[in-house]
Order: sequence, then C-alpha cells, then structure tokens
Amino acid sequence: MSNRLDSHGGIVIWASFAMAFILSMIPMSEAIEIYRPQWVTLILIYWCLALPHRVGIFTGWFIGFLLDIHMGSILGQHALALATIAYLSYRLHIRIRLYPLVQQSLIILLLVTLSQMMLLWISGIINQAPGDWSYWLPSLTSMLVWPWVFYLMRGIRRIYGVN
Amino acid sequence: MMVLSIIMMTADHRSNMLNGVRSLFSLVIYPLQTIASTPNNMGLWFNEQMNSHQSLIAENESHRTENLLLKAQLQKFTSLQAENIRLRSLLKSSRKLSDQMLIAETIAVDLDPYKRQIVINKGQLNGVYAGQPILDSHGIMGQIIHPGIPSSTAILITDPSHAIPVQVNRNGLRTVLYGTGAANLLEVQNLPNNADIELGDLLITSGLGGRFPEGYPVAIVMNIKRDPGQPFAQIIAEASAHLEQSREVLLVIAKVKPEVEHGTTKQNAEPANKKSEGLNNHE
Repeated sequence: MSNRLDSHGGIVIWASFAMAFILSMIPMSEAIEIYRPQWVTLILIYWCLALPHRVGIFTGWFIGFLLDIHMGSILGQHALALATIAYLSYRLHIRIRLYPLVQQSLIILLLVTLSQMMLLWISGIINQAPGDWSYWLPSLTSMLVWPWVFYLMRGIRRIYGVN
Repeated sequence: MMVLSIIMMTADHRSNMLNGVRSLFSLVIYPLQTIASTPNNMGLWFNEQMNSHQSLIAENESHRTENLLLKAQLQKFTSLQAENIRLRSLLKSSRKLSDQMLIAETIAVDLDPYKRQIVINKGQLNGVYAGQPILDSHGIMGQIIHPGIPSSTAILITDPSHAIPVQVNRNGLRTVLYGTGAANLLEVQNLPNNADIELGDLLITSGLGGRFPEGYPVAIVMNIKRDPGQPFAQIIAEASAHLEQSREVLLVIAKVKPEVEHGTTKQNAEPANKKSEGLNNHE
C-alpha cells in the first residue's frame, strides 16, 4: 500500500460521508421526514462499488457505528447492517458496475431494503419495532435518488482524482 | 465484524458497559449535528433580526405584564410554601425541597423518525447524567438517556418505550403514562373501567419511582373510551409540554444523584412499579 496513493482523496471520501450524515440529520417536517433517503447507505454503496480496495466492510462498520451513536439506537445495529451492505456491494461490485443505471437502481433498492430489514429485525428483537408500512419508504426514495447520487459522486471522484 | 456487532448489541442492551464509548464518539458526531442545525438556527436568527423595533417593544411590554402577574402569583406561592413546610414539620413528615434547574437548548437535528428523541446542547461537561428529567415551561418533556460530553440525547415521554408514573391532580389516583410514538399523545393502559378519571383531568408526576420530581404537569386527559368488554379503560392524554416546539428546555438537578443503572432499565423499572400501582388503584 503506497503512501501517496493512500493519501489520495481520503479527505474527499470522509467529507462525502460527513455530508451524508448532515443530510440525514437536517430537520424536516414530519410529513417529508419519512421519505428521507438513506443517504449514508447510498454513499457507502457508491464508494464500495467505485473503490472496493479502499472502502469496505470495516469502513461500513465504523460508519454504521457512528450512525448508531447519532440515532441513539442500540450500539451495533446500524454497524451490523452497513457492514453487511458493504460486504455485499464488495462481492458484487464488478457485476453491478457493468449494469445500466436503471438496473443498478434496482440493486440499490434490494440492498437498502435488506439493510432496513436487518435494522427492523434487530429493533424487533429488543421490542422497539415500528409497525408501519411507511417504514419502507426510504428504500424507494433511495432507489429514486441513486442515479443522481451516482453521477454526482462520479463527478466528484473524477474532479478530485480519488482512487 | 458480525460477531463484534452482536456482542456489542448484547452488551449495550443488557448493561451500561458501552456508555463511555458512546459519549466518546458523540464528540465526533457533535460537530456534524451542529452543522446540520445551522440552517434552522440561521432562520431563527434572521427572524429575530427582521423583527421591527415596534414589535420588540410590544413583546417587551407583554413580557413585563406577564412577569408582573407571575411575580404576584409567586408572592402567594412563597407564603403557601412556608405554610406547607410548617404544616409538614408539625406532622413530622419530610418536607419538599425546591428543585434547581439548568437551562439547555435543543439542537435541531432529526433522529430516528420512529422514536421520540431530541438532542440538547448540554452534556457531561455541564453535569448532565442519565435519567435526569427534562421539562419546559409547560410540563415534563422526558429524561436524558445518553449523556454525551458536549451534548446529550433525551427520550421524550411520547416515545413508545417510555413510561412515567403520574397521578390525577384532582384526586391523587396513581397510574402510569406510556408513550405512544405519536406526537404529543400518551396513554394510560392500566386503569379499570370504573376508575375515577374524567376528560380534562390534569395528570401530574407522582414522584414514585424516584426518577421524576413530584408535582409537575405531564398531560391532560383528552379521550376516554370505556368498553364494558375490556378490563381496562382506553385513556388517551395530550402532553402538557410543547414537545415538538420547545427550543429551551430545563434540566432538573437532583440534590442526590440517583443511582442509574442503564438507560433502558427504566423500561423494566417503571413498568415494575406500574404493577404495584395497578394494585394500589383499588384502594
């Protein structure tokens, strides 16, 4: 692992995660809040697909851990879900990269739904599960915003030469 | 990673071993939360700046009158308090101490939409501890669950996993109020159909359980359904505190810090005294 390559654009990656965190914290009215896409998950998937040698399971786990602290959820809940998502995107990254954008979005729907399902299971085990269909809306909105996230992040990655 | 997560979740759920880790890493999250709340704060600041001189004078005037009224009421209150202490000492019972408060501001960030939690800008640096009750000028809001270093997370009384021991102000009937997860709504689950509770009854903290100070308003009964086929009445109450709007909150400083085992144990602790109170209701 050469030092020069490693330091290349690490800041950009962390800044993008910070941005995703801020987007998921910004106060919104209750009516829109349930549609909020899972920004952090999306950014994590993007980096796992684009730079699987740099962002992987450990990053996913740590990001999820921070998300747990922010959300006040039980420590390890988001960490487990995001580590799993990072693992899956890492395993499938070569395949997903080749898909057209629409098909990619469908994969994103699957991945985000899976992460939400894991969160739901864990909440269920500790008796705090939200029993509401609107719980799944963020998966749908995440799928819808994926193309924009993808183009935006690709642009950022190329401008700053993150590799 | 998976095993580590599962171990961590178990540890966090069952004990308070990870509270230190949580408050340490909340230092990382705090700057992000501050940034996320800036648009909101700027909006408020802008509003304040745009207020005209006249409206400020008018506001000042109304505050002055309100202050005068409150002071007048307070005069009566002091003498009543003195009388109360005297009577209590005659009865040789313990007297109530007045509570000290710490003012904190909420940080405008959204947390999990299926929980009712808020973030405030005071933490362990200011002596905030887990289980500390928070309230606004209208009533009890909730309690601290995760005290961080510069900021803390508090659970509102409307969170579905929260329960608070209360009594009816009119007749002292004790019960437990549970959060529903819906904004401002709470429910009483364990009062029998023939319990003496009416629409518009004020529910105040009973002080049982030792977590919340006694005598603060919590909620007002807004709907009672008595179904003869059901053992318990369905009672819905609306929180007195402005849970979704309050920007300034007050933290009650206890004279003696309660020995708090864990944030989630309140779910075990309070339903436990719910049972005993459920029995007491028949007295």
